[in-house]
Amino acid sequence: MKKKIKAHEESKVKGPKQQPKEDEALPTYLLDRETQNSAKAISTSIKQKRMEKADKFSVPLPRVRGISEEEMFKVIKTGTKKSKSWKRMITKHTFVGEGFTRRPVKLERIIRPSALRQKKANVTHPELGVTVFLPILAVKKNPQSPMYTTLGVLTKGTIIEVNVSEMGMVTAGGKVVWGKYAQITNEPDRDGCVNAVLLV
Amino acid sequence: MATVVPPPSKKQRKAAQLEREVDVVPSDLPDVLIKFEASDAPEASQDRIRGGFRVPGGITEKQLEELLNKLQHTEDDPVPYSFSFTANDQLMDIRTSLYASVLKPGYKSTEDFITLLYTPRAVFKVKPITRASGTISGHGSTILAAQFSPNDSSKMVTGAGDSTARLWDCNTQTIQHTLAGHTNWVLCVSWSPSGDVIATGSMDNTIRLWDPKTGKQLGKPLAGHTKWISSISWEPLHAVAVGEKPRLCSGSKDGTIKVWDTVRNVCLLTMCGHASSVSCIRWGGAGYIYSGSHDKTVKMWDAKDGKCVSTLKSHAHWVNHLSLSTDYALRMGPYDHTGVKPKDDAEAKQNAQKNYNKVAMVGGKAKELMVTASDDFTMFLWDPLSSTKPICRMTGHQKLVNHVSFSPDGRYIASASFDNSIKLWDARTGKFITSFRGHVASVYQVSWSSDCRLIVSASKDTTLKVWDVNTKKLMVDLPGHSDEVYAVDWSTDGKRVASGGKDKMVRIWTH
Repeated sequence: MKKKIKAHEESKVKGPKQQPKEDEALPTYLLDRETQNSAKAISTSIKQKRMEKADKFSVPLPRVRGISEEEMFKVIKTGTKKSKSWKRMITKHTFVGEGFTRRPVKLERIIRPSALRQKKANVTHPELGVTVFLPILAVKKNPQSPMYTTLGVLTKGTIIEVNVSEMGMVTAGGKVVWGKYAQITNEPDRDGCVNAVLLV
Repeated sequence: MATVVPPPSKKQRKAAQLEREVDVVPSDLPDVLIKFEASDAPEASQDRIRGGFRVPGGITEKQLEELLNKLQHTEDDPVPYSFSFTANDQLMDIRTSLYASVLKPGYKSTEDFITLLYTPRAVFKVKPITRASGTISGHGSTILAAQFSPNDSSKMVTGAGDSTARLWDCNTQTIQHTLAGHTNWVLCVSWSPSGDVIATGSMDNTIRLWDPKTGKQLGKPLAGHTKWISSISWEPLHAVAVGEKPRLCSGSKDGTIKVWDTVRNVCLLTMCGHASSVSCIRWGGAGYIYSGSHDKTVKMWDAKDGKCVSTLKSHAHWVNHLSLSTDYALRMGPYDHTGVKPKDDAEAKQNAQKNYNKVAMVGGKAKELMVTASDDFTMFLWDPLSSTKPICRMTGHQKLVNHVSFSPDGRYIASASFDNSIKLWDARTGKFITSFRGHVASVYQVSWSSDCRLIVSASKDTTLKVWDVNTKKLMVDLPGHSDEVYAVDWSTDGKRVASGGKDKMVRIWTH
């Protein structure tokens, strides 16, 4: 009985690789060396690199619904005969920042209505579950288009920077954290407010 | 995958911008007294020293050569020489001119009587290999070893994973004979120094001897080892009595070394002592067998009775490869670069002795240097006949060193490593000279051209590269193989290079 158990255990233990076949002939200096199969090595290294790259930018909402320009911009007709239609008005919520001054009205191409300007967001901490109303510092990236990022449009999936000094977080080095990224999780123009989840 | 030489690094660019010292010989340099001394003549011989001459201080190497040729009365076919002098017990070479090498650095002054040691350089010049002259298919599996015949660059034997060795005719680029008989991979092949027997060692623990003319096996296979044969080496021809055939020694994974009689096909001696697999074995010209092993030691055995003379313990990891300064001379045996066959055995032995003396005799004594390469990223330079302590440790590689080779004249050492570089070292002192970078994957083997001016290297990145030792740069890049190149060899007359690897094709390269 003991012999049977031992034999069973031995069969589980993986010993040194059996002598490889003719296709894998190696010269004397490579015998006894565990040379990884080169194809496998390349694929594993590529996969690792991809994972590392993805890790840096993994966000709670990796994909969002695409928003067309017709939905985003409303054409404003101007001129005495209302025939000129080069002005556009953004129909979504935006963030303009403190100290924002409009261009001269005659030359303004894109209008950001003041009613749709947001300054604060409801930011939820993903692990703690607590939601705080924090002021927005900037719009970091809008997944729809870099143009929307520069305009400051807030749609679902946009990465914004929020002022977290209220939360009282401190870094390992002893410095106070006052700005963190958060991703918007709702459509602000449907709800009227901006809800975001903090990216920790 | 051909590669471009990497652009100069920041350090190199900065150095290029700095002021460079120009070696201009000052016009008021006085004459110096020199005398010539042959570096290979035996002690107390009459033609050893040639009397004093007064020469201008700025005399160049070429002018010294001309002078020496005139004195030797060989102006009609001048022999190229290289000159060196002793300074602080060190041998230094004369590079461009006497002024630049001796006087400027201040080793000797113009008042001293300078003794110049001259060594003849290879008369012939090997043309660099630039193209593939042919791709021969034939082996059914990866090619593991290749070697050219010592006298004829048209004959070459390769060993492969399909358990056969093939004898190739390089002039017609066809297979001459298929040496079938082994039952497992053929790991090593070796021509006897007289060129009349081929020995092949295999994974099936046996060695077989073959006749290159008929392709038939000579006698029974030499069995006795319990694990695969890792290395084989022939007895030097100058140590064999006239009328007898040279013996063969083999090292194996089982840690033993066996010496075989090639006529009766029996094992004469078995040397046990290594605790782990023997990775490389060499039969030296002074009657000793050197073996490097995975137990980090190199052992020196007496070839007559098989006793272990000494154990050289210095490495910190496996010893991968070892090379002797007389390797090339022992491989050639009685032949030289012209490939002329000696008339009979006695003449063959004489020629072999002459060739050996050319490389080994220094100041009248036989001097055989050995370099060992190891997994601990370093190499050691030994003088095994005089001491068990190494001369120096050659560090610099960043990954394990797989292959080392002395140049045929014993002046340089080339080392190939898995860190994608080849390093060149001075063989007398072990000092680092330069690094050859260009490969993008592990370099497996290097081979010297017979005039010591070029090195060819085979690598995992499927290319071969030819490097020039004088300019210390890459000369030719030889892409063409479709998979790793495991074996490379340069023929003894310098005309061809053969390479084989994982893609199962043998490629012959010529100028």
